[in-house]
Amino acid sequence: MATYLEFIQQNEERDGVRFSWNVWPSSRLEATRMVVPLACLLTPLRERPDLPPVQYEPVLCSRPTCKAVLNPLCQVDYRAKLWACNFCFQRNQFPPAYAGISEVNQPAELMPQFSTIEYIVQRGPQTPLIFLYVVDTCLEEEDLQALKESLQMSLSLLPADALVGLITFGRMIQVHELSCEGISKSYVFRGTKDLTAKQIQDMLGLSRPAVPIQQGRPLQAPEQPVISSRFLQPVHKIDMNLTDLLGELQRDPWPVTQGKRPLRSTGVALSIAVGLLEGTFPNTGARIMLFTGGPPTQGPGMVVGDELKTPIRSWHDIEKDNARFMKKATKHYETLANRTATNGHCIDIYACALDQTGLLEMKCCANLTGGHMVMGDSFNTSLFKQTFQRVFNKGLNGEFRMAFGANLEVKTSRELKIAGAIGPCVSLNVKGPCVSENELGIGGTSQWKICGLDPCTTLAIYFEVVNQHNAPIPQGGRGAVQFVTQYQHSSTQKRIRVTTIARNWADAQSQLQHIEAAFDQEAAAVLMARLGVYRAESEEGPDVLRWLDRQLIRLCQKFGQYNKDDPNSFRLSESFSLYPQFMFHLRRSPFLQVFNNSPDESSYYRHHFARQDLTQSLIMIQPILYAYSFHGPPEPVLLDSSSILPDRILLMDTFFQIVIYLGETIAQWQKAGYQDMPEYENFKHLLQAPLDDAQEILQTRFPMPRYVHTEHGGSQARFLLSKVNPSQTHNNLYAWGQVSNGRATCIWEYCKMYIQIIVCIVAVLFYLIVFGLRLGAGCICPALLI
Amino acid sequence: MSVNQHTHAGPPYGQPQPGYQGYQQPAYGGQPLPGVPHTQYGAYNGPMPGYQQPVPPQGSVRALPTSGAPPPASGTSLPSGHQGYSQFGQGDVQNGIPTSTAPMQRPPASQPFLPGSAPAPVSQPSTFQQYGPPPSSVQQLSNHMAGMTIGSTSISAPPPAGLGYGPPTSVPPVSGSFSATGSGLYTPYTASQGPPPPSVPQGLPLAQPPFSGQSVPTQRLPTEVPGFAPPPSSTGIGPSSYPPSTGAPRPPPMPGPPLSGQTVAGPPMSQPNHVSSPPPPSTLSGPHPGPPMSGLHGPPPPTHPPQPGYQMQQNGSFGQVRGPQPNYGGAYPGTPNYGSQPGPPPKRLDPDSIPSPIQVIEDDRSNRGSEPFVTGVRGQVPPLVTTNFLVKDQGNASPRYIRCTSYNIPCTSDMAKQSQVPLAAVIKPLATLPPEEALPYLVDHGESGPVRCNRCKAYMCPFMQFIEGGRRFQCCFCSCVTEVPAHYFQHLDHTGKRVDFYDRPELSLGSYEFLATVDYCKNNKFPSPPAFIFMIDVSYNAVKSGLVRLICEELKSILDYLPREGNMEESAIRVGFVTYNKVLHFYNVKSSLAQPQMMVVSDVADMFVPLLDGFLVNVNESRTVIASLLDQIPEMFADTRETETVFGPVIQAGLEALKAAECAGKLFIFHTSLPIAEAPGKLKNRDDKKLINTDKEKTLFQPQTSFYSNLAKDCVAQGCCVDLFLFPNQYLDVATLGVVTYQTGGSIYKYAYFQLETDQDRFLNDLRRDVQKEVGFDAVMRVRTSTGIRATDFFGAFYMSNTTDVEMAGLDCDKTITVEFKHDDKLSEDSGALLQCALLYTSCAGQRRLRIHNLSLNCCTQLADLYRNCETDTLINYLAKYAYRGVLSSPVKAVRDSLINQCAQILACYRKNCASPSSAGQLILPECMKLLPVYLNCVLKSDVLQPGPEVTTDDRAYIRQLVTSMDVAETNVFFYPRLLPLTKADVDSDSLPAAIRNSEERLSKGDIYLLENGLNIFVWVGVNVQQGLIQNLFGVSSFSQISNTLSTLPVLENPFSKKVRSIIDMLHLQRSRYMKLIIVKQEDKLEMLFKHFLVEDKSLTGGASYVDFLCHMHKEIRQLLS
Repeated sequence: MATYLEFIQQNEERDGVRFSWNVWPSSRLEATRMVVPLACLLTPLRERPDLPPVQYEPVLCSRPTCKAVLNPLCQVDYRAKLWACNFCFQRNQFPPAYAGISEVNQPAELMPQFSTIEYIVQRGPQTPLIFLYVVDTCLEEEDLQALKESLQMSLSLLPADALVGLITFGRMIQVHELSCEGISKSYVFRGTKDLTAKQIQDMLGLSRPAVPIQQGRPLQAPEQPVISSRFLQPVHKIDMNLTDLLGELQRDPWPVTQGKRPLRSTGVALSIAVGLLEGTFPNTGARIMLFTGGPPTQGPGMVVGDELKTPIRSWHDIEKDNARFMKKATKHYETLANRTATNGHCIDIYACALDQTGLLEMKCCANLTGGHMVMGDSFNTSLFKQTFQRVFNKGLNGEFRMAFGANLEVKTSRELKIAGAIGPCVSLNVKGPCVSENELGIGGTSQWKICGLDPCTTLAIYFEVVNQHNAPIPQGGRGAVQFVTQYQHSSTQKRIRVTTIARNWADAQSQLQHIEAAFDQEAAAVLMARLGVYRAESEEGPDVLRWLDRQLIRLCQKFGQYNKDDPNSFRLSESFSLYPQFMFHLRRSPFLQVFNNSPDESSYYRHHFARQDLTQSLIMIQPILYAYSFHGPPEPVLLDSSSILPDRILLMDTFFQIVIYLGETIAQWQKAGYQDMPEYENFKHLLQAPLDDAQEILQTRFPMPRYVHTEHGGSQARFLLSKVNPSQTHNNLYAWGQVSNGRATCIWEYCKMYIQIIVCIVAVLFYLIVFGLRLGAGCICPALLI
Repeated sequence: MSVNQHTHAGPPYGQPQPGYQGYQQPAYGGQPLPGVPHTQYGAYNGPMPGYQQPVPPQGSVRALPTSGAPPPASGTSLPSGHQGYSQFGQGDVQNGIPTSTAPMQRPPASQPFLPGSAPAPVSQPSTFQQYGPPPSSVQQLSNHMAGMTIGSTSISAPPPAGLGYGPPTSVPPVSGSFSATGSGLYTPYTASQGPPPPSVPQGLPLAQPPFSGQSVPTQRLPTEVPGFAPPPSSTGIGPSSYPPSTGAPRPPPMPGPPLSGQTVAGPPMSQPNHVSSPPPPSTLSGPHPGPPMSGLHGPPPPTHPPQPGYQMQQNGSFGQVRGPQPNYGGAYPGTPNYGSQPGPPPKRLDPDSIPSPIQVIEDDRSNRGSEPFVTGVRGQVPPLVTTNFLVKDQGNASPRYIRCTSYNIPCTSDMAKQSQVPLAAVIKPLATLPPEEALPYLVDHGESGPVRCNRCKAYMCPFMQFIEGGRRFQCCFCSCVTEVPAHYFQHLDHTGKRVDFYDRPELSLGSYEFLATVDYCKNNKFPSPPAFIFMIDVSYNAVKSGLVRLICEELKSILDYLPREGNMEESAIRVGFVTYNKVLHFYNVKSSLAQPQMMVVSDVADMFVPLLDGFLVNVNESRTVIASLLDQIPEMFADTRETETVFGPVIQAGLEALKAAECAGKLFIFHTSLPIAEAPGKLKNRDDKKLINTDKEKTLFQPQTSFYSNLAKDCVAQGCCVDLFLFPNQYLDVATLGVVTYQTGGSIYKYAYFQLETDQDRFLNDLRRDVQKEVGFDAVMRVRTSTGIRATDFFGAFYMSNTTDVEMAGLDCDKTITVEFKHDDKLSEDSGALLQCALLYTSCAGQRRLRIHNLSLNCCTQLADLYRNCETDTLINYLAKYAYRGVLSSPVKAVRDSLINQCAQILACYRKNCASPSSAGQLILPECMKLLPVYLNCVLKSDVLQPGPEVTTDDRAYIRQLVTSMDVAETNVFFYPRLLPLTKADVDSDSLPAAIRNSEERLSKGDIYLLENGLNIFVWVGVNVQQGLIQNLFGVSSFSQISNTLSTLPVLENPFSKKVRSIIDMLHLQRSRYMKLIIVKQEDKLEMLFKHFLVEDKSLTGGASYVDFLCHMHKEIRQLLS
């Protein structure tokens, strides 16, 4: 283990875990002084092609409050066939099946390389996956056509035995019965009336009457759990039928008068979808896939009225408390999301419209259930089509990259407690000895439910060191954390993945350099960002920024080296060097800045930020900029306006967008058609290179990023200009490198200012600067950002 | 024609008494005397005999008068009728019959009377004497009627009566019959007294020529048979013996014996007699036959005893009511009074002697059926509804559109109040006309719309007076002068008529249509074509019975026959389909779909229509999709187990669909059960027979929730008419379910215990007709009248949001609205009274139109004019509707009493003001109203007002609503069913056999009869019908093999079968509903049901017989007069 970097990388690859600190401060007091909390990013289902699952049940610690899984960190007495739980120190007998165990004959879970291991367990009947399409029909003709085609196409991507269902909605909601021959049958609900789950089930005829006749014959009882209902049928059976049905889907026929929005009953449609699954397949893996082309305009969950003259709420309205439907709608969707989560189903939202569609209100549906959220301009774009297709992508071993109904349990050794988690999950409210009283994120529990997850889904889990300062941990002691994820695999198997990790304790006073060296600044940035975004959801934006700044200041104060009153003497060690930069970009990111973003967009960005893994998250925080030129091979360059040069092609990846930007000269050359001349073939290659690279990114990313190809002076160049650090602006464009005034906010200045602040502790100035930052952020045109 | 003149009753009695013993003798003796008249009547000989007989009846009548007015009526009627009839030749019958009937009834009623019974006979004699007087009165009464004059002759009739007695003997044929009857009676009497009474009556009826002895005996048998076992035999014998016995019998045979016989029965009965005469006789007959008979015999012949009684009666006749009292006591609550009246004498009325509906109908038919009825003259009374006649519109609306209770309106409200004759018009605005008559012309007055009076907004009509050279016109209703619009100006000719008078329907015709402008349309938008929505119950019961499949099959073909405007190639009407049980299923049958789509709405609490496009479609465009849907519906629900249904949401759904489509329309709902599923309009079973005859009975007719009334309002506002086809297997609360139907102008059809095999034809025919018939939507009707009277009350299937406008979501060609008028000022004889009925509606092609009917009536200052121009059928229509509405708010008994009271007042007023002075004991009926008592009795006995134990609450509610929108012809036959002797039908002609009166005693064991009342057809088969006939008609070899589950007659290739089937087909054509055919075998269980429709007989449920009721009426009238 050469460096911590390698160690971190190795750990990530093996366990899908990245801790902010890889050596842990050994007391509560010290831990708090570290500023960045002890936390980790956990990717529970990180793809491990090299990890064959074992086909037996895990061995559990027999202490009822512990039930930790046997792992390589356990002490094993091979002779006595005993093992000691490394969390509660309970001594347990091996089960009879382990009779042959010995030092040389170890079960997999005891081998160190299996700190992450997956069990396949046989429990209960296997129910096929369920996909329930909830389709908006208030679309333009082309949009609807494109959506229909996508849906039809998707049928071929589903596993053959998967159950599918179809609900369409507009002014009314139609639940289509798929089993009938000849005549197509659907149950219709009006979109203005909220119905309880029971009402919905009654109306759909799902509530099972007390089958008295069958009770007489016990033999028939086993037949009861027939795994289908009229509304959910195996794909292979009704493939054709459903294809036709989708083909015949018409736009919502109710007339929409001039100046009105179509009446769209998204709220009730979702409610019915949830109620339907709740009644038929509780606690089974199921996706509700909502395709909507506009905001809900009637009934519970409505986001905006049907008068076009009243625009949909903006951040401005929300700040002014002028969004009259927002609270009610949010409550409606939250209730739904919680119900869905309880049932173990997840909700995907595919919203394609030029205007907002109410994602702000509906976000919890995807956020709490682990569903996808996709936002696009139209269903008739490749952005949507490919994204949707990618939902059904298969992994390396030919399995769908999706899992359902995961239950993540975290166990810690005594010195640690769990403060909370941030990610697409809901609390299961399981209290226990290892649950901290201080909450960070969704806390107060040691178990969370993640209804829908894929190999990238990443949770941030925050811990608290509770060891008292006066009770030092013996030298060489290690703290351990075990993550137990039970989930339904896409093959419908029940699986349990267990990851057990341990880290060294270190006394912060005597071994600070160890701790410092083991700092994972990337993980820390993401973890802090998640906390920030989490807070931003519920708090005023400026407060969050202030909090972030204060954290950064404190961190620099703790780990920076400087001479008093000398800003230029400030140094941060290598392991911290990038951290301020991340924070700088985070402050400017759409996750914390709502300016120039609609509430929907903010919700969309935040949704993805809260579930992507570390790499992607970092891209989101600080977009990557590559430069292509004749001066050398493609190279990453600073995300700075100074990187924009006339003879460069830039490729920027912000996760949500891929921007290819041709410098002024390049653009002129291209216009002149040099690339078509054989003698300028190298120019052609230069033009092609970023395209190829972009394509590579596009291929793998979910959701599909917006692909922008622009050039110097192009209107779309704003995507780039709004992201780069504006070290050069129209103010200083002709005075290279000059620091113009106090309002300047380029990175270096920014850092220096912090240093100054730290050094001088001049809070007033700090606030002035922050104020200036805010002013900068307040400019109308991103391109003119200073 | 005046009816009974019993003024002389007193004397007659006196005479009768003496006569009694002597009576027979005297009577006979008298007969000889009458013989003279005989000679006089020589011409009438035929009839005369009848007359003579009638005379005796009169005697009986008298007795009646004493007992109650009725009897006299019969007596009088007989005379009058006779006279009239004699002219017509029919009178005979009556005469003959009355005597006989009188006894008949009596016996039952007056059994206690035994003594009295004797008197009864006496009374008959008395009638004789009376006869003299009655005629006089008759004459008076019969001012206008030729028959009346005849009546005067009838005066002589009394003598004829005498003659009758004589004649029977003297006149061979007549006497034959007569003697037969008389003698027959007699003999039977002697043979067995018990039986005789019944036989007697029969004999009497037999006596009538038309019905001839044959029928009589047979009839007797049947009637008596049930009651009197013995009589039959005797009767059987009787007939044969009659002739021989005639001579001897005569004296006794006459009323005396029969009465005595009855009375005989009475004695034992004495107590029982009060109530139900029939039962007592039977019982009596049963037990008594042997001994009592003999014993009785003694008494009856002894007429002597009667004599005393008679005397008593005579004396009492004026004062004694005893006999009658008890009888009526049974029948009528008021009986006590009855008793107080001279009752005793009235005893037996001869049914033949009282006014016969059949006779009146036949007379009218022969008098007025041949010439067209020209409407040019003001205040003309049209022919009866039972008469086939053509109408020529010359300025007044055809009676097919409007009929009035009176065509002469009292000038003042005082007169109107005094007479108590309701002034009402029965309006059928969209009535179907026979092909020979022209449909109302469509007039287009251009963009400005129809020309109307500025003030009262009356539409241009023939009565408007053009003045100032045609520049203005004066309104005939309000006298306001209005400028003639320039485009409408036309010069006047020298008579003040417009030159274009004959070119313009609105100036020359009584009925015509205007094309409405956009101002007459809802929301100022021309309406879209209406829609039909078929809503089919697919719950377990409906599927199981095969109903769903049947409906679906039928709909496939029926959709090609949707109503269309005359010249249109295809109907403009769009159709939609819904099925439902606990939830509703809508169907998208858009033509572009390969398969229909079904949309289930389970949210019945808050109904809505799930689709817009594709629900209502043009039949031709979506033909294949519809066919496919109708094929699949039965399959889809074949395995249903859902038994619960909803109802309110179904209507709501239809309403919402029409609202969404912005058109008017009609819902056809096929429903099977009480809607108990959780939904708005959910009902509970609240049927409770214990409520009958209590103050709470009215609740059975009221809806149990206001939900449907509110829904109905919404439906009317949208023009959503609801037709309901019900197939109940148990109580489903028609009173509540029918509310919407009723208030939207729809129809209810009810098929209890629907069975595919038997009810299929009826249902399908009804459905076809209902779908095809002409119908207007979104209709508003207003009746304008000339100053002085005002439309104050409306009856029918509609909704009123204010006091003047009748709103109907749908109005079809069978729906009738009855309007009552009241005075609010004086009318003048000169100008008369005008009615203008304006109906604004949307035609089936979606055209907005105004149909105008005008009618001018005379006004009178003399009550006699009023009574002379009345129409009883219309009156009954009004009274029935009035009473049927009354049961919603008052106890049924109170309704009945008020009906009786009103009629008594009408008749009393006549008696007091119009009839010539005569003895108080005489019942005198106005010619135009002589059937009022019999018809009124039918109304009183109807299921709604006097339900039998087998009549369900639903039936009553159904009938109640049905009658409310019936026209005059329908009420006429509904209350007094038509009874046709099929075996008398002339196989070679197209005509129907002559109808006979609805009484069991008219039935002969050897014949087959058909009875129809507009809802049912009964084919009654006597036990003694020739096997050949049975074979010909039913295709089976014997009586016992006839299946009474047949719903149609087998198609057999023989003249008789063909004839009968053609008669039935003809009847079906005449009625708006397909009648259920029921085969009734004599002495079979079903016969009870059949007998229920023999409305002249006492009903098992306590309804009075015609004779009894007549007596009762007489009593009431007398009370009013005194």
